[in-house]
Amino acid sequence: MSEHIMSSKFYYAIWIALLCLTVITAAVSFVNLGPFNTVIALVIATSKALLVVLFFMHVKYTSEKLTKTVIVAAVFWLLLLLALSMADYTTRLLS
Amino acid sequence: MSDSPIAVEQHGPELLHHFVDAEQQRDAASLGMWLFLATEIMFFGGMFCAYLIYRYSYYNEFAAGSRSIDIWLGTINTAVLICSSLTVALGVRAAQMGKRKLLVILLLLTIVLGFAFLGIKGVEWHDKYKERHIPGNSFNADDLAKAYPEIHIDQQHEQIYFSLYFALTGLHALHMIIGLGLFVFLTYYAWKGRYTPKYYTPIEMGGLYWHFVDIVWIYLFPLLYLIDRRPLR
Repeated sequence: MSEHIMSSKFYYAIWIALLCLTVITAAVSFVNLGPFNTVIALVIATSKALLVVLFFMHVKYTSEKLTKTVIVAAVFWLLLLLALSMADYTTRLLS
Repeated sequence: MSDSPIAVEQHGPELLHHFVDAEQQRDAASLGMWLFLATEIMFFGGMFCAYLIYRYSYYNEFAAGSRSIDIWLGTINTAVLICSSLTVALGVRAAQMGKRKLLVILLLLTIVLGFAFLGIKGVEWHDKYKERHIPGNSFNADDLAKAYPEIHIDQQHEQIYFSLYFALTGLHALHMIIGLGLFVFLTYYAWKGRYTPKYYTPIEMGGLYWHFVDIVWIYLFPLLYLIDRRPLR
């Protein structure tokens, strides 16, 4: 956690960026891009999540390395869960 | 320990005696909150994993189900939550600067936006009820089969999509309700003047929770509403 106080303009800028990304992701979903529709949707969602985590949740300005370790570990654990589960299901023959 | 170098009398009542200083106390609270959020990621993670497996297995039914939920309500709700995250972030800033009235106003705005989100969600759920898309005995996806004759829609598999839709949005809504309860509590004590620039940890922690719930929705929106909106032909 930090004592760092950011200007309200900065928060408004993040807010505008999040709203723009929301409109973009909804609009792009109507365009036929094949498998890239899903890729783009997830890239935009992750960008939005990063904006929230880094700036609204102040992770970018935290001095506490332990906090960052916990976050990275949690996300890594989630990806392990998803990746290993899908490695199983995508290589099975579903009857 | 009378010769302790730490003069206990010199700090305010907000610093608990087992912490060296306010910074250590804040860091401990922050770490604890992030550990809790890590367990929350796992909590939602199991359901996201179930979603991923079934979406992979029954893509057609997931795409048809996704088309049937209102993208406008979903987009508006995403915007509502993002606005509430802004008011929370500005609220933490107001607390850091000791602006009590501004903090109370921003917390109240957050609560209003939270209720707006739940209201819109309720409208959406009611639409699903009218369309008989709630999993169970009365479930009927014939309307989807008729709307998309190009793709085969299995009623049982379609129910899996809607089960996950209701479980994920329901669990998210439950988190919103808990968050609203927290914020009512925070607003009351903010009004009482408990939070100062030296001690605003509960505001910051409540904010972390609210932002986390926002992030869950940021992923739920594309995963549930935007699976496949492309023109069929």
